[in-house]
Amino acid sequence: MTDAPAPSLLQVFADQTASAFALVLWVAAGLYLALWLYGKLVTFGRTYDDNSAVARAMPDLVTLTGYAVTVAFGLFALFWLLGGFLGATKWFWFGKYLPQILNGLWITMQMLVLSLVVGFIFAIPVGLVQVNGPRPLAWLAKGYCTVIRGTPLLLQLYMLYYGLGSLFQSYPEIRQSFLWPILREGYYYGFLALTLSVIGYEGEIMRGAFLAVPKGELEAARAFGMSRTTLLRRIWLPRAVRTVLPTLGGEVISQLKSTPVVSTVTVFDLFGVATKIRQETYRVYEPLLLAAVTYFILVYILSRIIARIEAQVPQKR
Amino acid sequence: MDQAFTLLSQWGGNLVVGAINTVLISLCAYGLGFILGLSGAVGKLSGGPIVRGVLNVYTTLVRSLPELLLIVILYYLGTQTINNLLATYEMSITINGFIAASIVLGFVSGAYQTEVLRGAIQAIPIGQIEAGMAYGMSPALRFRRIVLPAMLPHAIPGMSNLWLNITKDSALVGVVGYAELTLQTRQAAGGTKWYFTFYLASMALYLAISLVSLWFFRRLESRVRVGQARV
Repeated sequence: MTDAPAPSLLQVFADQTASAFALVLWVAAGLYLALWLYGKLVTFGRTYDDNSAVARAMPDLVTLTGYAVTVAFGLFALFWLLGGFLGATKWFWFGKYLPQILNGLWITMQMLVLSLVVGFIFAIPVGLVQVNGPRPLAWLAKGYCTVIRGTPLLLQLYMLYYGLGSLFQSYPEIRQSFLWPILREGYYYGFLALTLSVIGYEGEIMRGAFLAVPKGELEAARAFGMSRTTLLRRIWLPRAVRTVLPTLGGEVISQLKSTPVVSTVTVFDLFGVATKIRQETYRVYEPLLLAAVTYFILVYILSRIIARIEAQVPQKR
Repeated sequence: MDQAFTLLSQWGGNLVVGAINTVLISLCAYGLGFILGLSGAVGKLSGGPIVRGVLNVYTTLVRSLPELLLIVILYYLGTQTINNLLATYEMSITINGFIAASIVLGFVSGAYQTEVLRGAIQAIPIGQIEAGMAYGMSPALRFRRIVLPAMLPHAIPGMSNLWLNITKDSALVGVVGYAELTLQTRQAAGGTKWYFTFYLASMALYLAISLVSLWFFRRLESRVRVGQARV
């Protein structure tokens, strides 16, 4: 048998603070109980002078001690949980991998923002031709949206990365060209798959949005003699975007939740870095937990930003 | 071209088995998610503060984390917990990939279904439920005769979306090693180097699953909407 390992500094700290808080808690709880009992007793007996300073201060005192007990108990529970959590998990890798984690976060943000911006630019025509484009184009766009929405993103990504990738590899001209370093990177395939997916989902949303704009407004614009592009730029598109703003906001969040699939084609986004740390340190849960907390914070921040944008755009209900 | 067909006929069986696995996993997970979602919705609407708090944590947490991350975490956490539990009784089993995948996907889907069903129940005019109370129906009878049928028309569009999501999310289970359609395709494509052929074939299979489901849900919706005014 080996000796029990010496407790880490962090654990000692957690234990010490926990006992200090326990002491505070004990004293405060005792004080609270005494005051409460005193208050009950004097009220029950009705023997005290209603206007005495003690009687008037009593409710405030009881409330204040109540707050103190709650805060002390809360802090105690927090430190106890934190201490237990830190004792049970291992985070030795955190400092070493921090630059990679931040880089992963940056790549996740790139994937999210770039795919959304580029995807939305293409989603506008895909939605528009389904509403008033020539038949074949409308069918093409409709079919595209159906295929993208009806198949898993992971499969689309594999198809691009392995399918297109192997196709490129089989041509020596491409393999020797200056484009090859780009065409070999998972990053660009991930970006392409995410963008194509945004076009499919948002193209369908924009189709509904264009249809939802009241006909009278478009007719009014034509009566003013607006050209087709002016009408689209000034009336149709802004009104369409406005009606589906909440839906688009939801799409932004679900796009963020789709980005981790790029880690399956060797892209080191946030999830990819977490997977790498797991493989290198043999810690099963801690990297995943860190990634989960980070994604949670990202989703929270994003939803706050979206809510703020939505609040600034007047909605006709 | 001929070779593509020969290969497809050789590996086609694997793809079809994968597709059947995908559908079966999705069905099991969807059923589990429906149980979780229905109890979650009822709990959120009529539970005490603790039940509601726990359910809020469940739905908020699950709905704001990426599915891939959740599937990986839950898969390892679930299998390890079960193994640890069994180890204390000095037993050991290899956990069935099918069951693990269904439970993980069902747990994730349950959070989304909770919100859809809660919204659907809240969309029922309160007068209908009060009328049931006035007739002296017990809560269980009220739920079966009034809440459930009145909720379905509001719930089905959302539930249909969640079903399509679950069939697509089941592809992520392949990442932790269960041989559903995506993983089968990847193996077939990698083994033969005919990437496009197999990926296109499996896309067609997924598309067929989606389109059939859409058709089915449309039928279902028009059925439960019988007697409702068209909007």
